[in-house]
Amino acid sequence: MSDTIKDTKTIKPGGVDTLDPEKIKKELLSRYPAKVARKRSNQIMVNKKDDTGKTPVMGANVRTVPGIITQRGCSYAGCKGVILGPTRDIVNITHGPIGCGFYSWLTRRNQTRTASDADDNYMPYCFSTDMQDEDIVFGGEKKLKAAVQEAYDIFKPKAISIFSTCPVGLIGDDVHAVASEMKEKLGINVFGFSCEGYKGVSQSAGHHIANNGIFKNVVGKDDSIKEADYKINLLGEYNIGGDGFEIDRILDDCGISVVSTYSGNSTYDQFANSHTADLNTVMCHRSINYVADMMEIKYGIPWIKINFIGGNSTAKSLRKIAEYFGEEALIQRVEAVIEAEMPEVERVRLAVKKRCEGKVAMIFVGGSRAHHYQDLFNEIGMRTISAGYEFAHRDDYEGRRVIPDIKIDADSRNIEELKIEKDDDKYRARKTDAEIAALKAKGFEFKDYKGMSIDMENDALLIDDISQYETEQLLKLYKPDLYCAGIKEKYAIQKSGIPMKQLHSYDSGGPYAGFKGAVNFYKEIDRLVNSKVWDYLEAPWQTNPELSAKYGWE
Amino acid sequence: MMPKKIKTKPYTATRNACKMCTPLGAALVFHGIEGTIPLLHGSQGCSTYMRRYLISHFREPVDIASSNFSEDTAIFGGGDNLRLAIENVARQYTPEMIGIATTCLSETIGDDVPMILDGMDKKVDPTILVHVSTPSYTGTHVDGFHGAVHAVVERCNPVTEKTTDALKTRKKINVFPGMLSNEDIRHLKEIFTDFSDVRTPIDTQSPDAIKNGIDSYAMGNNTEFTILPDYSERLEGPSWEDYQAIQKGGTPVREIKAMNRATASMEFGSILASTVDQGEKSAGSLLKERFDIPLASLGIPVGVKATDLFFERLEELTATPIPEKYKKQRGRLIDAYVDGNKYVSRQRAVVYGEEDFVVAIAGFLAEVGIIPVLCASGGKSGFLQKALEEILPKNILEQVTVHPGMDFTRMEQTAGALEPDFVIGNSKGYTLSRHLNIPLVRVGFPIHDRIGGPRILHIGYKGAQELFDTIVNTLLQRRQDTSKTGYAYM
Repeated sequence: MSDTIKDTKTIKPGGVDTLDPEKIKKELLSRYPAKVARKRSNQIMVNKKDDTGKTPVMGANVRTVPGIITQRGCSYAGCKGVILGPTRDIVNITHGPIGCGFYSWLTRRNQTRTASDADDNYMPYCFSTDMQDEDIVFGGEKKLKAAVQEAYDIFKPKAISIFSTCPVGLIGDDVHAVASEMKEKLGINVFGFSCEGYKGVSQSAGHHIANNGIFKNVVGKDDSIKEADYKINLLGEYNIGGDGFEIDRILDDCGISVVSTYSGNSTYDQFANSHTADLNTVMCHRSINYVADMMEIKYGIPWIKINFIGGNSTAKSLRKIAEYFGEEALIQRVEAVIEAEMPEVERVRLAVKKRCEGKVAMIFVGGSRAHHYQDLFNEIGMRTISAGYEFAHRDDYEGRRVIPDIKIDADSRNIEELKIEKDDDKYRARKTDAEIAALKAKGFEFKDYKGMSIDMENDALLIDDISQYETEQLLKLYKPDLYCAGIKEKYAIQKSGIPMKQLHSYDSGGPYAGFKGAVNFYKEIDRLVNSKVWDYLEAPWQTNPELSAKYGWE
Repeated sequence: MMPKKIKTKPYTATRNACKMCTPLGAALVFHGIEGTIPLLHGSQGCSTYMRRYLISHFREPVDIASSNFSEDTAIFGGGDNLRLAIENVARQYTPEMIGIATTCLSETIGDDVPMILDGMDKKVDPTILVHVSTPSYTGTHVDGFHGAVHAVVERCNPVTEKTTDALKTRKKINVFPGMLSNEDIRHLKEIFTDFSDVRTPIDTQSPDAIKNGIDSYAMGNNTEFTILPDYSERLEGPSWEDYQAIQKGGTPVREIKAMNRATASMEFGSILASTVDQGEKSAGSLLKERFDIPLASLGIPVGVKATDLFFERLEELTATPIPEKYKKQRGRLIDAYVDGNKYVSRQRAVVYGEEDFVVAIAGFLAEVGIIPVLCASGGKSGFLQKALEEILPKNILEQVTVHPGMDFTRMEQTAGALEPDFVIGNSKGYTLSRHLNIPLVRVGFPIHDRIGGPRILHIGYKGAQELFDTIVNTLLQRRQDTSKTGYAYM
């Protein structure tokens, strides 16, 4: 450890304010070769908010340097695992050697619930063409066709999708040609994704490829209008740990109807019909904001950013949806739901706050969660002193106002941008210009996201794509009371004696969204940061060496 | 009874595979070598997926670096990325060794890794670079495992190494156990240490003894041993008092370098032995070829028969009698076999997993009277049938259906008609057991729906004892659960 931060050695939890984040940044970069250090220094930023709401420029969505152990996944993982993984009635075939299919087989904790036992659910299955040497040499299209045919013969699904792994692009297998041939032949929707693992910077590229594919191949296929009031889509909600179920419960109580969720607990038919909703609400800005934009241009559905993580955030989001529809009956019903739900949230929150107040957390996950979960910590008096995303872009840190300034590099150019135009038949303005203007005049914000940095303290350390090495350095220097990340970091953190909560899979817990979710989360954090299990770390003879050297009668 | 001929339609697609990809096995091996960081030459997703898979089984930190291919790399070759990755890993972790395994991406574009590595050794000296070719479209994780062990031994024991007989005066055994659990490796270490400590009785009335005042026993025989790989500490360590860039534990590199001076090698796995017979190389066969070190190949010592054979070979190699402790363990085991026979006799089991593991478990089941009605594996070495024929008695073999290259969906279709009483294998068989409504006894890898997978002991008399008790108790629990009365005496 360098001399500059020797004083940090004795830092105890809660004492972080004496640390100079600039020095910490220097320390984190000290082991890297000059070129790598330069690159990483753009991705490690000490937060500074100016009066206009500007925050530091983050070097986000840039490729990880080889040899730096990243927590990021690949394009395939984002496409097959994250976006299409939670959709239960599409048969997802991985075209490639066995590993990719195997590792993405039911490993995310997104839950699904069929309406009846007779409904299709292919999530427990892992389909793979299991490519062998000969397929690499002679091409795998024939095998892929046979696999699609087989899936159709056995399951007769509504749709089949094909996911390309690394070798597929290289050997020149045309999954799209196979898909359209089989679509023609079988009379069901078959579509492919060119989501080879080497494409793009992270799984975010895969989200984009997946969402584009769904938008192109599925959305708009069913024009029937659902008989319901206040129809919305929930975009960027993946039903990890049943979050989506809790949100659905609350929305249902409010009389708000969800046409389609992208893509937690989703079905093919919901996607196909989703263009009939009257409002798009965006949870995870990173993975799906472009879908909201495309749906607005093509079908005329306005979108708003919402957040159901946190009791107050949930209430705020519900009020925002009600305000959009603007009908008194809905506004009153939403208020009634909030009034009924909040007392229990408050009771637990206040009890837990007594034991958690002043503790500090760090969050390194996702494209949105590192931001959203800070609301929950705030509610129980905990500060988030360092945070960062694994695969987000600049706008997720700095807000959408920087979108025009984002440089397009080789990696983002490789991801198809769909050219979207207004669909003259299906476009329907949901509000008149005057109505929109009136809402805006009241301060109602459409398609806006101000990013994470602005909501964090000055001097908080923002780290994009934090590496395993930096994670371990950070723990050593700050000794936070709680660290939130994923399973790859989990055990190194716990071995350092620091409580850890997984915010990708929720450690198989949850739900943490909505009102009941907030209560679950408060209790969970209370358990983690106040656990007695850490007291056993040192055996008595370690702290009192004389004990082991003496006999009892001495 | 003849084996039931069950017709399953040959499928093109693999549904719910019973195997993992090749580089995963290699990454695990590198975690069993002291101060080693594995590096996958390919997309970052491979490292991330495999880290997650290994972590969810071991519940320990698993670090795997990547050369992070981009689209350009995929087109123009991965040389620059790999060199940069090695340099960065060396700077951050100062490892003793970097274990480089290829992926289907770098293999498909045909990167010449040895050429890329040429000269890198000097640049990152003293870090040793080891390369193993692990295209995921060939073989399974087990092949990656054995391939990595071979590559490490080959790299650390160049043919130019001169050995003299003088160095061989001490007994030293190389052990290549294959893909076992942490507890298995710890038990192996215990056995070898005990053998090393055995004191040979000597004639206390001899003039020498009287002169030197020696009591009744001489010193231990001091057999040394090197187990490769040994991830039992690195992947199951205590909390850290100090930050550890690379967790402690693993086979020391200097010991691997000294393998060419051993008196014998021991290698587990009957399938592995068969592939060696066919001309494939293993770590043991390489040392035999290069340095004339005798190789004892035997099946994984699961069950009393396989363990007897293991101890016999150990007695021969060390010229030391089996320690009393293991005789007692064997005695207790056989006694338990007798006591529990009424619960297990003629029960029918589905066994799956890595081929060598299936052979070992099937051998154990057969000796306690359980019929392994279906022996299945995602691997297809071509030797599964033969290996089972060698280990199973004829009357049992007649009732066994053998299926290499099988996935869980076909296994389920096949198993139903065989009327099994339970399933034994890794966590991935849970769906199968749920659908067939029979219990699953968890063994092997991966186990990520229970805690303690790495602590399951399979080998030795003690391992057989634990497996036996677990199986009997699982069957008893089943009987209780399905009984209307709910007897507490069973």
